[in-house]
Amino acid sequence: MNLEVLGVTVLWTFLFGYVIVASIDFGAGFFNAYTLLTNRSHILSDIIKRYLSPVWEVTNVFLVFFFVGIVGFFPLTAFYYGTILLVPVSISIILLAVRGSYYAFESYGAAGHKGYALAYGLSGLLIPASLSVVLTISEGGFVDIVDGRPVLDFWALYTSPLSWSIVLLSIAAVLYISAVFLTWYAWKANDPQASDLMRKYSLIWALPLIITAIGIIVEMRDHNAVHFNSIVSLWPLFLLSGLLFLVTVWFLWKKRNYGLAVILLIFQFAFAFFAYGISHYPYLLYPHLTIHQGFTNTEMAIALVIAFILGLCLLLPSLYLLFRLFLFNKKYVTGERNDHV
Amino acid sequence: MINESAVFWSRVLTETTLTFHIIYATIGVGIPLMIMIAQWVGYKNNDEHYILLARRWTRGFVITVAVGVVTGTAIGLQLSLLWPNFMQLAGQVIALPLFMETFAFFFEAIFLGIYLYTWDRFDSQKKHMLLLIPVAIGASMSAVFITIVNSFMNAPQGFDVVNGELVNIQPLIAMFNPAMPTKVAHVLVSAYMTSAFILASIAAFRLLQGSNHIYHKKALFLLMKLGIVFSFATALIGDFSGKYLAEYQPEKLAAAEWHFETTGEAPLVLLGIMDDGEVRYEITVPYGLSILAHSNPFAEVIGLDEFPPDEIPPLYIHYLFNIMVFIGMFLFLVPLVYVIGKRRSWSFINKKWFRWVIVSGGPLSIIAIEAGWWLAEVGRQPWILRGLMRTEQGATTSDQVDLMLLLFCILYIVLGIGSIVVLRRMFRANTIEREIAERKLEKR
Ligand code: HDD
Ligand code: HEM
Ligand code: HEM
Repeated sequence: MNLEVLGVTVLWTFLFGYVIVASIDFGAGFFNAYTLLTNRSHILSDIIKRYLSPVWEVTNVFLVFFFVGIVGFFPLTAFYYGTILLVPVSISIILLAVRGSYYAFESYGAAGHKGYALAYGLSGLLIPASLSVVLTISEGGFVDIVDGRPVLDFWALYTSPLSWSIVLLSIAAVLYISAVFLTWYAWKANDPQASDLMRKYSLIWALPLIITAIGIIVEMRDHNAVHFNSIVSLWPLFLLSGLLFLVTVWFLWKKRNYGLAVILLIFQFAFAFFAYGISHYPYLLYPHLTIHQGFTNTEMAIALVIAFILGLCLLLPSLYLLFRLFLFNKKYVTGERNDHV
Repeated sequence: MINESAVFWSRVLTETTLTFHIIYATIGVGIPLMIMIAQWVGYKNNDEHYILLARRWTRGFVITVAVGVVTGTAIGLQLSLLWPNFMQLAGQVIALPLFMETFAFFFEAIFLGIYLYTWDRFDSQKKHMLLLIPVAIGASMSAVFITIVNSFMNAPQGFDVVNGELVNIQPLIAMFNPAMPTKVAHVLVSAYMTSAFILASIAAFRLLQGSNHIYHKKALFLLMKLGIVFSFATALIGDFSGKYLAEYQPEKLAAAEWHFETTGEAPLVLLGIMDDGEVRYEITVPYGLSILAHSNPFAEVIGLDEFPPDEIPPLYIHYLFNIMVFIGMFLFLVPLVYVIGKRRSWSFINKKWFRWVIVSGGPLSIIAIEAGWWLAEVGRQPWILRGLMRTEQGATTSDQVDLMLLLFCILYIVLGIGSIVVLRRMFRANTIEREIAERKLEKR
């Protein structure tokens, strides 16, 4: 494996981490707001709070890691994406900022009013939607090089069915991932009522998820034939992902093995996410930028890889401790202990 | 191709975001250390008041961290969005510390989450206190790494330029550039200093409001002692920073000191205003600048006449420099007087006016931080990478920067007001008297 593939694999893995952790977070906010509107909030809000509170800042760091890392390994992405993404990413930043800070204000400060919770829940859907635009742009067809600088064709982007399907997929995925996870978490917290409610939401969101996912592959054929062909050539991975999806849904349907269902769900998304990533190779931005053109010098790449390995040695034990103390700690999960400052 | 208005708005947006972020970031670097010291003192002396101090500071800290994190995410992305050409060039040499910074954030975030949610979970305070060490280290290391990036912008090295291409890149040499030691040290200690004075402001303010609780007095005394240490260190390392500038960035020092011609026995210009290119109302200290710059009253100090006019930084940084230095001196004297006064039972240190002086310490140190950064950044102009890339060459060419500036300004106003309101509500609703009563800490 050469260095650029190694680099992009590491980054993609962290992006995957972000997709999973952030989906749980975003979806949880949405469900919280939704149940508040339908007057069932007493069922969910404790559970959701207990999960989110200790980990929200960690979620954000996954994102920071990704965008700092990609500019480090592939400095040319700063030139291409930096120039064209000013507006969409600024909007994402603002949404993230409002969401993150109001979460802290609410849960550590004084309890605010209903409006915040609703805005919070809604932003959880808008953020994945606005971030997913980056993926759409990477498919090519929306960026022209004018006078040696990249220019984004907003109109084409906003009228493209592809970008809207990707937006829909991101929302469906967020809600599905979050619902499945919370089904398990609530069940672990000995709260069957909440668990049942979340199970219902998981089953509801399973269908839109699979429809949008397949829809995107179909649209890709018209939009970017090269990419479509490489997706098709990776069909076993996508098939595996689909099978895992079916087993997860089946477990949920049968009300059993919620823990295993979460693990299968993670693998389902991992297969799809990595298969998509591999099919994207070698392009960072169709057809202008590949990982080979954009790669940094060897010295820096080696330094970054070493820093990454050392960093992991620090990180993995700490993450393990975090999970052991909260996610897998029976007393904490069931709400028996709350040692908040 | 350069888009003039995009350059202008990018600068304004960068300045706005950084000016806002730096307030919360500085607090984020310094407060964990203060919490740790308080908890440690409480643990050592078995004094619940200090433990409670640590606990209450932590609660407030969470709010400032949240704003620090979200504005930091904003500036992190804005570096690529607003300065794509700069990041593309500099990223090849200085990506390493930026990358390492994310690990520091990770480390800090994980242990902060654990620390917050495990008060009382362990049987011993000590175990819980140990969890704070990674938080403090993570926060300080974030500052170290980001400041290394900034020092690289001031003193780029660790590469060669051949035909406009960067070759022979050495990431570690780039990190350990000449600007790095003084800059990192000054930023760190000034953050500790600022945090001590902000917390002292709060304690003094509560005393002024009539709460005569021993808790606030203990807090104030502890913080004043810390204030002496950190403000002395800040001034000392600030002096080293001046010496660094004299050696490596003489144009910045010359502009900051209004030193126009290269001379030996250079005098130091304090205060004064610039009137049509004439300096007026200034105080001149003979030999001052030579001593400051080279520790030698006869040493030659390079003046602005040695630089082409289009490479001279704006002269208004003189005011910023004066503001920072005067605040630095003042905030060294205030805690010194307080601590000596406490020992010798001078009565005026408990008078209202002196309490107000202490209250002013928090806002003043924030002003010093802002003045210091503006001095450092504006003093580097017109360069974004000194000697290598001009600021306008680094900027984006996008036409929507002004609109984004508007949106971000609204965001910062909301966050600024929101954080203050929440902090006030948090401590109003739960006063120290009430909390102590609830916890039945008073053993009287
Ligand atoms: C509480 C804040 C504070 C205080 C009281 C001082 N400083 Fe400072 N100063 C900073 C906070 C700061 C800073 C915000 O941390 C800066 C901005 C960039 C940097 O490297 O540190 C800085 C920069 C800075 C620079 C520019 C360094 C460069 O551009 O490379 C110099 C020469 C000094 N300082 C010197 C001093 C002196 C002689 C002080 C005497 C008391 C002093 N500072 C007090
Ligand atoms: C690693 C750290 C930093 C980096 C990479 C960085 C980056 C930049 C860039 C790209 C510019 C050029 C824009 C311009 O000239 O206006 C700039 C200028 C500026 N930065 Fe920094 N900055 C850093 C730290 C800070 C901090 C912490 C502050 C705190 C307030 C700050 C304040 C400013 C200001 C005020 C300017 C404006 C200079 C002018 O008016 O010309 N910077 N910085
Ligand atoms: C261009 C300059 C800067 C960039 C790009 C930047 C980037 C960031 C980012 C991305 C975060 C959020 C990390 C997270 O998600 O946890 C952050 C937070 C933080 N930044 Fe900055 N930063 C800059 C300047 C500074 C400076 C100069 C300091 C210190 C003197 C600093 C200290 C911190 C700290 C301590 C935090 C954590 C928030 C907290 O714990 O309060 N930053 N910064």
